[in-house]
Amino acid sequence: MYRKDGEDYFIVDAHIALWDARPENQRNIHGKQFIDCFYDYHRNLSPEPEVWSYEEYLYQGGERLMRDMFADGVVDHAIFQPARLAEFYHRGFGQTEEAFALAQAHPDKLTYNHYWDPRDGENGLDELRRNAERMQLKGVKLYTADWHGESRGWKLTDPMAYRYLEVCREVGIRNIHVHKGPTIRPLDRDAFDVADVDHVATDFTDLTFVVEHCGLPRLEDFCWIATQEPNVVAGLAVAIPFIHTRPRYFAQIMGELLYWIGEDRILFSSDYALWTPQWLVEKFVDFQIPEDMAEYAPLSTEVKKKVLGLNAAKLYDLPVPEHLRLPDAPETATGPRQPDAADLATV
Amino acid sequence: MTAVLPDLAAAVRAALTTVVDPELDEPVTDLGFVRSISVTGDVVEVHLRLPTSFCAPNFAWLMVSDAHDAVSAVPGVARVVVELDDHHDSDLINRGMAAGVGYRGTFGHEAEDSLDELRAIFARKAHTAAMERAVTPLLRTDPAVDVAALTVGDLPAGERTTAALLRRRAALGLPVDDGAPVLLHPDGTRPAPAEAPLVLRRARSVRISVDGNAHFCRGLLRTRYPGSGTDQTPRPEDRPLIPLTVSKGSHP
Repeated sequence: MYRKDGEDYFIVDAHIALWDARPENQRNIHGKQFIDCFYDYHRNLSPEPEVWSYEEYLYQGGERLMRDMFADGVVDHAIFQPARLAEFYHRGFGQTEEAFALAQAHPDKLTYNHYWDPRDGENGLDELRRNAERMQLKGVKLYTADWHGESRGWKLTDPMAYRYLEVCREVGIRNIHVHKGPTIRPLDRDAFDVADVDHVATDFTDLTFVVEHCGLPRLEDFCWIATQEPNVVAGLAVAIPFIHTRPRYFAQIMGELLYWIGEDRILFSSDYALWTPQWLVEKFVDFQIPEDMAEYAPLSTEVKKKVLGLNAAKLYDLPVPEHLRLPDAPETATGPRQPDAADLATV
Repeated sequence: MTAVLPDLAAAVRAALTTVVDPELDEPVTDLGFVRSISVTGDVVEVHLRLPTSFCAPNFAWLMVSDAHDAVSAVPGVARVVVELDDHHDSDLINRGMAAGVGYRGTFGHEAEDSLDELRAIFARKAHTAAMERAVTPLLRTDPAVDVAALTVGDLPAGERTTAALLRRRAALGLPVDDGAPVLLHPDGTRPAPAEAPLVLRRARSVRISVDGNAHFCRGLLRTRYPGSGTDQTPRPEDRPLIPLTVSKGSHP
């Protein structure tokens, strides 16, 4: 829990990883390039005192993770969202068993989400069923840009992906986290296209699709889809660190998200170990839309509480102390959420 | 012939200013993506670099092939080599360029179509963002402006945002006469008056995306290549990176 100015915030970090990008796990040059890319994100967007050394960045381990997440009591619960990246790393990037064991040791603090890949075919369907039971999965992380043999990506609308989504529905996996953001897929059309989310959100209305990185670099495409599909949610991973280097840009991202999808469908995510959650939480609680951005309403304490934890707690049935709970906003299920707050209200 | 070499290098650089990152709507020269230009006789070698190894390969291909075309058209250039450095697909792209096999020939089964549609999508987005940049200052000066009724003639003639919008309209074949409506759907049709607020709000989210990506990519390039900031030119004034500087009123 985080406390500031007499207000208590229940904090859920909806996207963390326990990765291993050390040289001995790198399968090829892409494994090095991938973690170097992450490290550049980290160096580019972090406040100076929060910048880690490269060696620290390659691998953290469970003990360090527990300290960074919980030792100072800031994060109440965190959710693993592992990426496989088996073509880049010998034992994969996200450390499945290590993270799962950590989550089992701290069930009150950690939830383990696993991944699947439709290119694993029928065998993967069976494995998903087994994993769902063994790991008690409530969610999965999908990385459509992952390489797999000759393929360098897939779409949620691929027929086999539908089979996997049907299994999710069958075994009670409700939260489908989809990485949409800087990708590595040389698609014929557009490597960042979020249109496939639109399709599956319509076809699987009983599942929740959390779009990680809220569609960046195509915020507008994401907003347009999410505003029409009540089961699409924005994850703030990689977007929230702009709060430090580019606060006005971050204000615009928040303003747009609140306008298009509303306060009940935005999730705080540090994307640990890209960034540690503590400074992000502190800055977010202190953050306000600049006064001269009159096209956006100010961020209320309630909105901050929902984004920082209550929204994710609801998706994952996490127990929230009674005095910290808040009711859902009286917003429409689809369409823009804050028409009165916009500067065009009078147009 | 050595005396003409500086001129040829300058001409090559000038040609590269026409090569645009489609997503950021900025020349690769301004972004610092041109790592080196070397001229040996009438042979030119250009190296490009990008903010991360994982920049989308289709965008990388567009910029590399556009650079090749632009430099090839410079008078006095006999042979052009354009190489992309430090990208996960550098070898693939550089081989494909050298062999002249095109995007599909380079990426094979993963590239089912040409990149024309991708290019067109981002040309339309660039126009949409320019439209929002031209309209929002008017709205801030006078919140009662009837956005739906605005025509090109209502836009302040001397403003860079106006000129930038007209350039993008001309590029897309959209009308630029004084009586033409300012607010347009991406397909060029005029929205009904009731649709105007939503059209402008969508345009705003497009503009924020473009600006934000420009922030991030420029910053990442500087992180990745120390010193590369000196190769970057500040964003043109018609597309300020920290927008919305006019302070009018405050929150309740």
